[in-house]
Amino acid sequence: MPRGLVSRGPTQYASRMGIVSSGFLGRRRTDDPRVPPGQYATDGFPVLSAGPTPRISKEDWAFTITNETGDVRRWSWSEFLALPQEDVSTDIHCVTSWSKLATSWRGVALDTLFAEVDSTFEYTMAHSYGGYTTNVPLADLLDGKAWIAHSFDGEDLAPEHGGPARLLVPHLYFWKSAKWVSGLQMLPQDQPGFWEQNGYNMYGDPWKEQRYW
Amino acid sequence: MSTVWRVADVVDVRAETPSARTIRLRIPGLHGHLAGQHVDVRLTAPDGYQAVRSYSIASATGANGVAEDELELTVEELPDGEMSPYLVHGLMVGGQLEVRGPVGGWFVWRPTDTGPVQLIAGGSGVVPLMSMARAHAASGSAAPFRLLYSVRTPESGFYRDELEHLSRDAAAPLAVDYVYTRTAPAGAVTPPGRLTAEALSAAVVPAAESPTFYLCGATPFVETVSGWLVDAGHAPERIRTERYGGIGGAS
Repeated sequence: MPRGLVSRGPTQYASRMGIVSSGFLGRRRTDDPRVPPGQYATDGFPVLSAGPTPRISKEDWAFTITNETGDVRRWSWSEFLALPQEDVSTDIHCVTSWSKLATSWRGVALDTLFAEVDSTFEYTMAHSYGGYTTNVPLADLLDGKAWIAHSFDGEDLAPEHGGPARLLVPHLYFWKSAKWVSGLQMLPQDQPGFWEQNGYNMYGDPWKEQRYW
Repeated sequence: MSTVWRVADVVDVRAETPSARTIRLRIPGLHGHLAGQHVDVRLTAPDGYQAVRSYSIASATGANGVAEDELELTVEELPDGEMSPYLVHGLMVGGQLEVRGPVGGWFVWRPTDTGPVQLIAGGSGVVPLMSMARAHAASGSAAPFRLLYSVRTPESGFYRDELEHLSRDAAAPLAVDYVYTRTAPAGAVTPPGRLTAEALSAAVVPAAESPTFYLCGATPFVETVSGWLVDAGHAPERIRTERYGGIGGAS
């Protein structure tokens, strides 16, 4: 945008980096290389949900992976907890601009779950109790990049944060880490999930600021 | 084109309460927005440091003289906020900032939606709901609209006069109910106190009429109220929520 120095505002002028507000100083400066562009680090853990928090008992809970032939691999809560568990320390990045550094989770790697699934499809749709969906390429779920997490900071994952269990795909914006996850459907092509149909990016790489359409 | 940062001119500011104000922005190239959407706002400090927050849009295109290339935000100052103190106290008419969006296709109301709507606001969560109420009035919509607004005191409510005016709109009436959590107005029948499940049931569109809910406020408020609505027989898929700190949240 061709825009020179702006004279009409008393406190603003244009620069290569944006419209400078001399009265704005900013406080939470972070040069931490773990914080992606356009994000700020927070100590809180904000909640973002499109609707009511679903109530899911562990007795009724199950996680499934459904492949192209319609085969459904199903884990009950006790079967899920009997799988190898991993402790994960990772940074998470919400599209609403907050990042939370060095969060602690416990859960089952998707590698462990997919070891029991036959599929040649390369895309998945995560489904949640309550109807939420989000799309994630299979490659982003494997090789130690994603988990089904049931604990946060050593405690059971709280319902408003996705308990009993949520998908954890920390290298993508956090809406991809579906709360209350109930299963994955293998897909031959990428398809948009809930937020992806409502203004948000298909992939959501925070380091490329892939926030919106 | 919601990924592009655009320069916005501040064309009006007005106080809503001592700690909140409405900022009207003119954004060249903007062609209206949906009621309930939000924008990202970016501020740049003299040394190049930048901060970004999301703010809900309060206005509706065509209502109150808001042109197609304009929108209004209502920002409440947070004591620990990084951007909100500047937006509420520092920014002046004639100033500029950068805006990305509008964004959002879920927590929105369209004039083509004809079903009954129940808006429920906690504090500054009223902002995106006000956009819907204004769009409802501006379009002369016949959809039944009702607002339940929880505020600490009568003085802390946003848009009081305009809500009063909208409640008397003959073409598109909006029923408005207040809950005062700390101080009730003089002469109020109900003493101040937090919303209860019983009071909620009495003040919202009945489940038999299948209203769509738009619920916005702090997380504990939204969690509690949405749970009560489900308990009262309202379908979860018709309860749309937005929370501070979530999409459209502010700091």
